[in-house]
Amino acid sequence: MSSDLTNVFAAKMLPKRELFSPGHRACQGCAPALAMRYMLKALGPDTIICNSTGCIEIISSSYPESAWGVPWIHVAFENSAAVASGVEAGLKAMMRKGRIPQRKITVLAQAGDGGSMDIGLQAISGALERGHDMIYMCYDNEAYMNTGIQRSSGTPWGAATTTSPAGTQSSGQNTWKKSLAEIAVAHHIPYVATACVSYPFDFMEKLKKAAAVNGPALIHVFAPCPTGWRCASDIAIRLGRLAVQTAAFPLYEVVDGKFRITQNVPHLKPLKLYLGPQGRYNHLTDDQIEYLQGELRRRYGLLVAKAEASQE
Amino acid sequence: MGTRKGMEVSIGIAEAVMMADVDVIPAYPITPQTHIVEHLSELVADGHLDAEFVPVESEHSAMSCCCGSVAAGARTFTATSSQGLALMHEILFIASGMRLPMVMAVANRSLSAPISIWNDHGDVMAARDTGWMQIFVENGQEAYDHMMWAFRVSEDHDVLLPIMVNFDGFILSHVVEPIEVWSPEEVKQFLPPYKPPYRLDVDKPWTFGAVGIPDIYLETRMAHNEALIDSQKVMEKAWDEMAEVVGRKYSVLENYKTDDADIVFLTMGGISETCMTAVDQMRDEGKKVGVIRLRMWRPFPFAEVAKELGGRKVVLAVDRALSTGGCGGPVASEIKAALYPLDKRPQVVEFIAGLGGRDVTIGDFKEMYDKGAAVAAGGAVPPYEMVGVRA
Ligand SMILES: Cc1ncc(C[n+]2csc(CCOP(=O)(O)OP(=O)(O)O)c2C)c(N)n1
Ligand code: SF4
Ligand SMILES: [Mg+2]
Repeated sequence: MSSDLTNVFAAKMLPKRELFSPGHRACQGCAPALAMRYMLKALGPDTIICNSTGCIEIISSSYPESAWGVPWIHVAFENSAAVASGVEAGLKAMMRKGRIPQRKITVLAQAGDGGSMDIGLQAISGALERGHDMIYMCYDNEAYMNTGIQRSSGTPWGAATTTSPAGTQSSGQNTWKKSLAEIAVAHHIPYVATACVSYPFDFMEKLKKAAAVNGPALIHVFAPCPTGWRCASDIAIRLGRLAVQTAAFPLYEVVDGKFRITQNVPHLKPLKLYLGPQGRYNHLTDDQIEYLQGELRRRYGLLVAKAEASQE
Repeated sequence: MGTRKGMEVSIGIAEAVMMADVDVIPAYPITPQTHIVEHLSELVADGHLDAEFVPVESEHSAMSCCCGSVAAGARTFTATSSQGLALMHEILFIASGMRLPMVMAVANRSLSAPISIWNDHGDVMAARDTGWMQIFVENGQEAYDHMMWAFRVSEDHDVLLPIMVNFDGFILSHVVEPIEVWSPEEVKQFLPPYKPPYRLDVDKPWTFGAVGIPDIYLETRMAHNEALIDSQKVMEKAWDEMAEVVGRKYSVLENYKTDDADIVFLTMGGISETCMTAVDQMRDEGKKVGVIRLRMWRPFPFAEVAKELGGRKVVLAVDRALSTGGCGGPVASEIKAALYPLDKRPQVVEFIAGLGGRDVTIGDFKEMYDKGAAVAAGGAVPPYEMVGVRA
């Protein structure tokens, strides 16, 4: 797939229209909310959103208000991928039978890290495997934020949450963050990408590509949550950049199985710069930070190798 | 009048769903429902039915997928049983709460543990309060006719609620019966295409499934409850019109030899047919006994039940499910609730029969009658009995 010029974004070329309206109830500095705004700027009004339960659903849809300028449906927590399968199948059948006009409509299912990597993983896997023409997007704020910052399988090693607290016998989360994008790749779907709100044009271009492919696509977008990460509300964007620059969350895409790093970081920054401003990592010792940094860099090396191998 | 064909009831249901020109079929296999979705997938594969067959990875996703396709505006059908219905449980409430019309055939089967594929009503009774319309059919013809009928009622703009059409697993799902199939003209006359009042439409964006704060949740639930209760009128109208189109008339409950009966059975589902045979034999012996078969379970026909049972001496309530640790049988408990406000109430003798596929025979019904006759003669009302249980 080539990224032609129409896919290249520049600030002044962005549509002015806000399909995710201001006035919703997200916390100050909420990057997942920003992800929604970018997402709809990229996909435009001919989009249907199927949303799982979680922060974004709660802050955007309190009856009688709604932040959504596109058709939007929330059914439950673990099933947005299955709901989107139904929407896609319904539109397809009705268009084929002439009941509604033929038209390109993007169906996007989304959930947080918990709704994606834990309770919703089966539904995602099913939808990807069945080949529905839809995008699945996980906005990753690295914990169950809506219910009060509990750990998920997307919570990184070392982070303290309300169910992986740092105590005398523990140092926060003691398991590794699941690689959702790699799980999606294992379904042999046409398009998979990671993205980050701090790189909006990269994010939007990936959404455009995901919408353009015929079949399922998955986007895993990193979205800092000041409330849950216990940091200042004006540094979500900076933290997103640092996550990419320290290899805590590398940006890449996988087109038809071929890996490409979309944000090369030849000189990784010290992990401490990223962890420092976040209260959830306060308890980590220098040795633990060193250990985590080593592991993240080792994985980044593997990713680089995969990207290189994909070019051959 | 359509033609009569001998077919397995599950195949008949699938053929009726095809006649209803359904758009989306999210499906997951479970015995004894499987033949329905297998046959539907064949009808799609052979081009007889233009629909999306979505082979989902679980029943939870089947019901979620149904919600999505109905919200998109598509006519949607699924089928399940037992564990599958239990796995859907969370989404059943959401489908009805969001007022998403769809039809689900439920081939009733007992719930684990112990695992059992055989028939009783334990599965649907656990889904009783999910806010769906629920009816029970007794034979192949009823099952076939009620597919068209169910779409028509469910999609009516005064209803907009999903509906379960229950039929006994194996006992009905796997038997071959003569079924009179509808002609395309009859279908056209009876069942208009689905016109959703709201759908996920990019030209008219709606928000579906918004948060219900305490200020609105209560009103939403009240509206749902009223719509469910009022659906009876739409059901009755659809039954009347179906009678005009295909000449078969159904109603919320049906009486069999009850005119002069002091003692009546109250049954639901396939065992009613055995019960009627038992009644025939007992009538030959001069016993004044009849059967009332309940077709509509949700909404529950309180007024009709009170009217039909009010004047009797004894009601023999035969349940196919057990409310464990509770009142006994769910149907009997509803019947008692319907009778309680009456000045003169019959005695209700309760039986729980045929759990997990245990046979319920003509002899069993005769024994139930004898127990009822003893009560009618002034004996004490016994506690509910698990029919045929070994000590
Ligand atoms: C079946 C079910 N289990 C649990 C919940 C409670 N619940 C609602 S949202 C949520 C956490 C969501 O976390 P995530 O998907 O990461 O989204 P976030 O809130 O972080 O944006 C939980 C546990 C639920 N609604 N449904
Ligand atoms: S808790 Fe985090 S994700 Fe949720 S609204 Fe607040 S900032 Fe956004
Ligand atoms: Mg989260």
